[in-house]
Amino acid sequence: MVAARLRACEEVICERGKQENIKKQGEEMRLYEFEAKNIFASYGIPLPQGKIITTPKEAKKVAEEIGKEVALKAQVLVTGRGKLGGVKFASIPEKAESTASKMLKARIKGYSVEQILIEEKLVIEQELYLGATYDEVAKKRIMICSSMGGMDINEVSQKHPEKIFKVLIDPFIGFQPYQAKELSYTLGLPPKMSKTIQSIILNVWEIFIKFDATLTEINPLGLTKEGKLIICDAHIEIEDDALFRQKKRLEGFGINEREDKARPPTEFEIKAAEIDRADYRGVAGRVTEFGGNLGLLIGAGGGSLTTFDAVLNHGGKPANYCEVGGNAPVRKIYNLTKLILTKQNVKGLAVITNVYSNSRVDFIARGVIKAMVELGIDPKRYPILFRSAGAFEKDGYAILRKYGVEYYGRETPMDEAARLAVEMMKKRE
Amino acid sequence: MAILIDEKTKVIIQGITGREAVTFTRGMLDYGTKVVAGVTPDKEGQKIYGVPVYNCVKTALKNHKANTSIVSVPPRFAKDATFEAIDAGIKLINVFTERIPRADVIEMIAFAKQREARIVGPNSLGMISPGKIKLGSIGGPVDECNKAFTPGNVAVLSRSGGMLVETCSQLSLNGIGQSIAINIGGDPIIGSTFYELLPLLEKDLQTKVIVLFCEPGTVQEEITAKFVKEASYTKPIVVFIAGSFVDNMQGMRFGHAAVIVHGEMGSTKVKARIMREAGIRVVDYHSQIVTEVRKILKEIS
Repeated sequence: MVAARLRACEEVICERGKQENIKKQGEEMRLYEFEAKNIFASYGIPLPQGKIITTPKEAKKVAEEIGKEVALKAQVLVTGRGKLGGVKFASIPEKAESTASKMLKARIKGYSVEQILIEEKLVIEQELYLGATYDEVAKKRIMICSSMGGMDINEVSQKHPEKIFKVLIDPFIGFQPYQAKELSYTLGLPPKMSKTIQSIILNVWEIFIKFDATLTEINPLGLTKEGKLIICDAHIEIEDDALFRQKKRLEGFGINEREDKARPPTEFEIKAAEIDRADYRGVAGRVTEFGGNLGLLIGAGGGSLTTFDAVLNHGGKPANYCEVGGNAPVRKIYNLTKLILTKQNVKGLAVITNVYSNSRVDFIARGVIKAMVELGIDPKRYPILFRSAGAFEKDGYAILRKYGVEYYGRETPMDEAARLAVEMMKKRE
Repeated sequence: MAILIDEKTKVIIQGITGREAVTFTRGMLDYGTKVVAGVTPDKEGQKIYGVPVYNCVKTALKNHKANTSIVSVPPRFAKDATFEAIDAGIKLINVFTERIPRADVIEMIAFAKQREARIVGPNSLGMISPGKIKLGSIGGPVDECNKAFTPGNVAVLSRSGGMLVETCSQLSLNGIGQSIAINIGGDPIIGSTFYELLPLLEKDLQTKVIVLFCEPGTVQEEITAKFVKEASYTKPIVVFIAGSFVDNMQGMRFGHAAVIVHGEMGSTKVKARIMREAGIRVVDYHSQIVTEVRKILKEIS
């Protein structure tokens, strides 16, 4: 039920691929394939011959330079792009040109394709997997390898757990050459390749550490007929929270800080983000657009999740998700409320937050009332409901009372307030 | 005493001269917490509401006895500040700083383990043992704090700071007090998870029931369920998991890295199922926490 309702809400927004802005702790910035490959190349690991292009003409030129069948790989931050038409092959340069032309006009999960990596098509005998990441439970870094590369490593770990080898790394000792050696022998490569594979494994670790990555992956690492190891695809995610000390290093590779969302933000979300950025104090943002008619001003973080769930479970149709907390100033609340109230299709507003520790309830009330008054909204005719508690709640309630807004305090549970909001909307329908 | 802190706990605050720290220092002193010293480099000799400030933790400890520290410094200094506290012999470090790189967090945790110290956080809003002591801004100014938190037998652990206050406030309004309430922190890697605190709560005489406030992402709830089952945990646990709508959002990633290591976990649906299978009472609405806890208290009295 909820899933269906949510999907219905989402569908209204855009056909551009859908995902969330909702804050996950520990977010990361994914690098494009060619960026990750450039980093690996700087460590001397072999790559296929190739180049990044932005026009069909260039595609033809690069294919001519390569002089054999090429692969065209769309540079988009989407997992599983192969199945979505993001990887194509071309046997002659003219075909590369026409394929590039089509690909550059395509959208993959909402993302426009602006760059294509053109590479020689490789003939691979065997595909391997090498990766470094964090184990949240062990609270340590972990190195992983498998002789079954090329496919989704999650699938391998479920279907063939015996084909996956992992080593937990002591934070103070780090990953040692003997561990690279141990891992290398699990891959079953001929002895003459031991030194090469061990040095590649050590480089994966080196990059993982140096770049404050949360994930560094070569998948697959290809073994050619000639017995050479070559990176077919690579994946690096850099921790957002470490960008402060990685900016320079990344800029050295022509990589700039950017937002990494699974779909491009909507106009509404961009405006909301501007409101939040305009003042460093507090949060009134992390907005995600939905297609419903009930505007939500909710907080703080866990409180937003709790309220949004309750609204859906009671049959409500949210117009947006957001997080308000950290004692955001009146101006931010006012601007965000105005943005929500003027959103197309919004027919009511629910302001629901948890009991605040360090946000002032009167600030929230003032911001909401200011927006309401400015837009000429009469709470007698327009459904608005307010539930918040904490510091300066009495002042907040006094303002709300004065303007005739229906309000509730801590005695009314958040999910009850959500239910009342949904009912209020139904009455006006 | 419930767990970790009580009226005898003596606290230092690292980063005490920061804007937020000054505010919660006032709140803590008003609540009766023994804040014996603060630490900010180059600010030695200053006082914050009468609390003396030192340049280093060791100098602070030369002049005052303390066993607990709050770390409230900018992210790039958080690892060093935590190391400093551990090296000076502090055994409980509550880290408030948000956005500390994971690489630093695992080192903080490893060093704490080596010295038999405990980290709560990072990205924690603090903890409170109602009527005795509180660390951090949890609950806000003292009057607000007293409305939300009351002494009693329910331990509340939460991944969200705001919802820790809300949950305790709902319990208190219904005449159910708390033994201890801890915001364990919202980050993927934290010093003290649910399953690392549950063994302490099992031994605690004051605690009769445990409430956990959970969120999507990480595999903490899954591991907690496993622990409860395997350890045949004796105290009743009530759980609410917020954000179930996130499961249904297309393209949601619960951290690719975690999935590689731990398989398909992290969604609220999986969390709820595994926890129920372990005998944990998972409620659908936040307000049902009160109903469920009341029922349990009746059963066991």
